[in-house]
Amino acid sequence: MTKEERLKKRHSAEKRFRFYGLASIFVALLFVLILVQNIFSKGSSAFKKTVIKTEVFYNQELLELKNGASEKDIINADFYEVMIESLIKSFPAKNIDEENELIRLFSADAEYEIKKAFLNNNNLIGEKIILDLTASDDIDQLHKGNYPRDLPEDRRRISNFQLAIYDNFVENDKISKNFNNYYFTKGDSRDPELAGIGGAIVGSIYSILICLLLAFPVAVLASIYLEEFAPKNRITDFIEININNLAAVPSIVYGLLALQILLATIQLPRSTPLVAGITLALMTLPRIIIPCRASLKAVPPSIREGALAVGASKFQSVFHHVVPLAMPGTLSGTIIGLAQALGETAPLILIGMVAFVVDIPSSPIDPSSSLPVQVYLWSESAERGFVEKTSATIMILLTFLMIMNFLAVYLRQKFEKRWN
Amino acid sequence: MNLVLIFLIIIFSSSLFFYGRSKTKSLAISGNIKLNALPKFYGYYLVLWCSIPALVFLLIWSLFEPVIIKSIIIDTAAKQGAIFNDKNEANLVYEKIKAIHLGTYLGELDSILKESALAYAKFINIFTNSKVVLIFGIIIASTLYSLKKIKNNNKARDDVEVILKGLLFVSSLIAILTTLGIILSLLFESIKFFSVINIFDYLFGTNWSPQRAFVRDASSITPAEYQELKDAFGFVPLIAGTGFIAFLAMLVAVPVGLFSGIYMAEYASLRVRRFSKPVIEILAGIPTVVYGFFAALTVGPFFRQVGENFGLTVSSESALAAGLIMGIMIIPYVSSLSDDVINSVPQSLRDGSYAVGATKSETIKKVVIPAALPGIIGSILLAVSRAIGETMIVVMAAGLAANLTINPLESTTTITTQIVMILVGDQEFDSPKTQSAFALGLTLFIATLILNFIAQRAVKKYREKYD
Repeated sequence: MTKEERLKKRHSAEKRFRFYGLASIFVALLFVLILVQNIFSKGSSAFKKTVIKTEVFYNQELLELKNGASEKDIINADFYEVMIESLIKSFPAKNIDEENELIRLFSADAEYEIKKAFLNNNNLIGEKIILDLTASDDIDQLHKGNYPRDLPEDRRRISNFQLAIYDNFVENDKISKNFNNYYFTKGDSRDPELAGIGGAIVGSIYSILICLLLAFPVAVLASIYLEEFAPKNRITDFIEININNLAAVPSIVYGLLALQILLATIQLPRSTPLVAGITLALMTLPRIIIPCRASLKAVPPSIREGALAVGASKFQSVFHHVVPLAMPGTLSGTIIGLAQALGETAPLILIGMVAFVVDIPSSPIDPSSSLPVQVYLWSESAERGFVEKTSATIMILLTFLMIMNFLAVYLRQKFEKRWN
Repeated sequence: MNLVLIFLIIIFSSSLFFYGRSKTKSLAISGNIKLNALPKFYGYYLVLWCSIPALVFLLIWSLFEPVIIKSIIIDTAAKQGAIFNDKNEANLVYEKIKAIHLGTYLGELDSILKESALAYAKFINIFTNSKVVLIFGIIIASTLYSLKKIKNNNKARDDVEVILKGLLFVSSLIAILTTLGIILSLLFESIKFFSVINIFDYLFGTNWSPQRAFVRDASSITPAEYQELKDAFGFVPLIAGTGFIAFLAMLVAVPVGLFSGIYMAEYASLRVRRFSKPVIEILAGIPTVVYGFFAALTVGPFFRQVGENFGLTVSSESALAAGLIMGIMIIPYVSSLSDDVINSVPQSLRDGSYAVGATKSETIKKVVIPAALPGIIGSILLAVSRAIGETMIVVMAAGLAANLTINPLESTTTITTQIVMILVGDQEFDSPKTQSAFALGLTLFIATLILNFIAQRAVKKYREKYD
């Protein structure tokens, strides 16, 4: 091999090596794109729901209510018959089976929706109005194009008759898509069209607030101690190793800790944001201490010495000068730690947040779900409608995380002082 | 009740701040004494002295009260003739008694329950009253003590700083307490588990199927029953499955992460670096449940489809899907750590290599990487420990049945999956099945601890070498 040939070979090896590096970065970036695209394409349709324009007749004979009835009477009144009558009239059905199929095109909450319209305007007795009633999950998915209609009938959840009704409704412009208010305001439900993340969002907010209230002060105080006051001895070394190791303990182990100590020993209520918050705080603590200490360490000794030189005590030099200067880094570390806690699922599953909770929690000691746990729960459900709900929940979760991370970066870049 | 008490303590102690400040001020003026500290420090001194002891007492009391009341109530119920076969029944009765007390009980009432509910109400009353009395006593005592100190013109700033320093120290101890809590809670249940199942049978058994393990009475197990139990709790398939999925993950994460780390450290322009580094780190910020969802609903079925096209049977919960997605999750851990490590290799080493005519890639391969090797290995070990402790991806995308296999197309299970499967929903306490989850947790904890310890040592040694 001549010198030139060898050099050529070496240079092409160089190019190959460089290409591998670039390709790796590209693969990682590509995956971010695929993931985000996949989730968004599946989830964005969940923010709209399919509604069927239906003529509702508030038949006085069926209602047993008078015009101007009190709110309490209306809430207690039975609107079932009115609902059935109105739904059946929306399309000519030949027999009772067909009538049932027709009724199943609407969500289980149709009666409630009819009642709600009446509550808003209780002079409707004997009147006919057109309401947008939420369609059932099957029709919703069909209308959004997520449901294959060319399967043979026995493998479909929608019968030929229902398909015919749907086509008729579409032709007559009765079917449209509205903003899905249920998705944001309701708690969990077995029916995808009625399931919402209201409860999960509230649960997550409670948990994160408790986590913040517990973890932030303790983490800041602990890092101040370790960085500024602790003597260099075995105990401090031990604490330091301990914190580094705790930060790497798998999150599920914290779930076991919470199960044994918080639930079995102290007997705090299961499935509640309180327990979730404490568990997440224990988990987040070391993850906040590490950036806190780094930002304290980054404050140059001259600041401390300057304060001491004009007669401040050690405490005054630390709390009046060092800590405020380290605050941007501390806060951004805390926010990043909280963002991780917000996405954490495994320990919450162990403390029973997988319970089926329909109500929106009104306090941190009510049973509740949280956003990531809701994702897990819905992803295990068989119904097609939950796939888009799960993806949409992921979108919401990722949005929260993005906001938190941007806030962290912003705080650091805007307020952090550079010392060199 | 507790909230009201905390509120009262806070209101009272913060009002003392103003008292302490004005009191010492007037003392200084009227008595013409030179104060040993600024007046506000006397205020702080009072606040700390009268809030901390009361709050600490309240905390300790609230931790132990429910436990003590529970044991008393279960005792009294037993004395009245209630029969508990095990802890679960006792717990159930206790829950019933509590529900009666709260007025939410809907079941049938018998005399034992009624009596116990009355006793419960009585004890709750006694405990609450004594709590309130004791707290007021503590507040009064500590307030009197600190007032006396103030009157004697103590060195309030020094005293406040000592208290605060103690507070700081206690905060840093919480990390140790957490570790202690983890170790104790895992050990406690694991010891119970290992008293039923021999630890060697657990470590070397090749069958894992805890749902088969029914034990009526854990205290007397016949040899036949033990044989059955032993076959339900064999750890080998779990560690094999965990290791296998982690191995698949590392097959993805190590090359991709390492190459991108090298590229970013050695080749990338500042602009590329500024853009690509945070984007890759997004991968680490995505919650794992999102990866799990993606693996289970998109990647698993996709592999299955591809496999069918090639005539292969691919499980829809294949180890491959879980491993691949886990590997992608881990890429940023490998890449940013190895990026850091490579960046801290001194420039002089590279310059020396260039001086003898090596190309850039030759320098990287022959000089930079060998120099950075301990750090790189450390970062890979950290990534492995992430992989074996990762839960949601495998819970959602890997299988549930233990299956000794090295075929990536089949489904396997992992330690974390089994912990979740055993503990989801209602658990019976004191059954070997529940305890086995804690034994698994302990095993996992020890494994990750060892990996982290070695990795941190490696990275630290490496850093010291070039600092």
